Amino acid sequence: MWSSIAKRKRPTAMPDILHFEFMRNAFLAAILSSVACGIIGAYVVVRRLGFISGGIAHTAFGGIGLSYYLGLNPLAGIIPFSLAAAIGIGLLSRKAKIAEDTAIGAFWAAGMSIGVILIGLTPGYAPNLFSYLFGNILTVPDSDLQLIMGLDCLIIAMVWLFDKEFLAISFDEEYARISGLKTMALDLLMLCLIALTVVIMVRVVGIVMVIALLTIPAAVARSFSRSLYGMMALGTLFASLFSIAGLWLSWVFDLASGATIIVVAALVFLLNALFGAGKSCRTAC
Amino acid sequence: MTEPLIVCDRLCVELGGAKVLDGLSLSVHEGDFLAVLGPNGGGKTTLLKVILGLLKPTSGTVTVFGKEPGHAAGRIGYVPQRLDFDRSFPISAMEVVLMGRLSRKKLLQRYGREDRRKALKALETTGLAALAGRRIGALSGGELQRVLIARALAGEPELLLLDEPTASVDPEMKTTIYDLLDQLRKQHTIVLVTHDTGTIGRHVSRIACLNCTLDMREPGSTLGRAALEKLYHFPVDVVEHRETQTPHRHA
Repeated sequence: MWSSIAKRKRPTAMPDILHFEFMRNAFLAAILSSVACGIIGAYVVVRRLGFISGGIAHTAFGGIGLSYYLGLNPLAGIIPFSLAAAIGIGLLSRKAKIAEDTAIGAFWAAGMSIGVILIGLTPGYAPNLFSYLFGNILTVPDSDLQLIMGLDCLIIAMVWLFDKEFLAISFDEEYARISGLKTMALDLLMLCLIALTVVIMVRVVGIVMVIALLTIPAAVARSFSRSLYGMMALGTLFASLFSIAGLWLSWVFDLASGATIIVVAALVFLLNALFGAGKSCRTAC
Repeated sequence: MTEPLIVCDRLCVELGGAKVLDGLSLSVHEGDFLAVLGPNGGGKTTLLKVILGLLKPTSGTVTVFGKEPGHAAGRIGYVPQRLDFDRSFPISAMEVVLMGRLSRKKLLQRYGREDRRKALKALETTGLAALAGRRIGALSGGELQRVLIARALAGEPELLLLDEPTASVDPEMKTTIYDLLDQLRKQHTIVLVTHDTGTIGRHVSRIACLNCTLDMREPGSTLGRAALEKLYHFPVDVVEHRETQTPHRHA
């Protein structure tokens, strides 16, 4: 009985949950990671790079395995693995005339396999494994927050520097090439930025669910945006709202935080899609 | 006679093992308005892609402004055929036209006031200044086509390459686009690829008919069909117009 009263009281006292340091860190991580996934998500959506992002994320599992085996911080393994996946998939599909989905599939499964083997070779039980697959935003330490902030700054700087080039290859890659741009190098650079975003998101929602936060906020933002930069800003806002709402709901109903964030995002996505479909149907009639 | 802008000499291109262009020779001079006619699959788009440096010829040579293709980015304006852009891409007509300034900018250099002024001027030339801020998803096919022409013009090119600019627009818009080209030919050398044989003859200075191969080196030198067929083992028509007084029809 007491527990049910406590549960009922919680929703009315939102700032309460901010008394805990781990919750403050969780909200900070949610907002900081939303910046990266709003900005990079816009490119992922307009260039249809969702599947390639999934490939990069899953390949990164190999990096987690390697870090366990060597006894390092998992992020030390994820960063090189996801960057290698981005460049590897990019080069294979664009240079070696291998179909992109084949290259993605190969990397995706190979990365996971390497991770599984290395974790198997490591003596003892791997306790945090689950949190890297499905995220655990409630255990983000200060050092990771600093890393996420650093990566955010790097992503913003790169997008600011290369904005006209990235816009050109996103809208019309052939024209960008004719205009003398090194589209191949720019493309790989963009994939590397996606890889860094994946690194950030692994903390929040985990490897398996990264694609959802890279695509859903940006996709919802697209229906309200007039420019790519508007889409990035709005995508960041949506991603923050989804993660804060998801985090709060997971606290109130005692659910897995990463999964709740994704479910909230998916619901909004579905509603937006249905509403959008209804609207276009009305104008067509 | 000045140096030709484009010289193709016995150009062969194979795509996936099939010969798309076979022994094509062609030259384009300053001030020309050349229409390349031919059936679908006759290699018209391939020819443009070779000139732009997007495709490498299997044999033969191409020079564009006296250099290898792909080294004259700022001097060529290209209007692609496909209008199948992602219409939901959040981008305005102005931003698309600004892309035409890319070849004039260095890496990491931002578009400035000068670029915006030139982009707006290109939009005015194509009659779209009022739609500069409109999202491309809200433009009609003809308007989008003119946005792409404006993009090519924004880079202030000497040579304009147009791939089927009238393929996906209604007849009224077709006239508008041809009128626009009539105006543009005063300052630009134009190569236009089309399968639209109806009205084109009234507007252009030379017509080349392309079905895998053609030969049209110098203005005035009309080669007989029989000679060409014998030479290249392909059915080929060559028609040249130096003046535009008579409408041209060809089967």
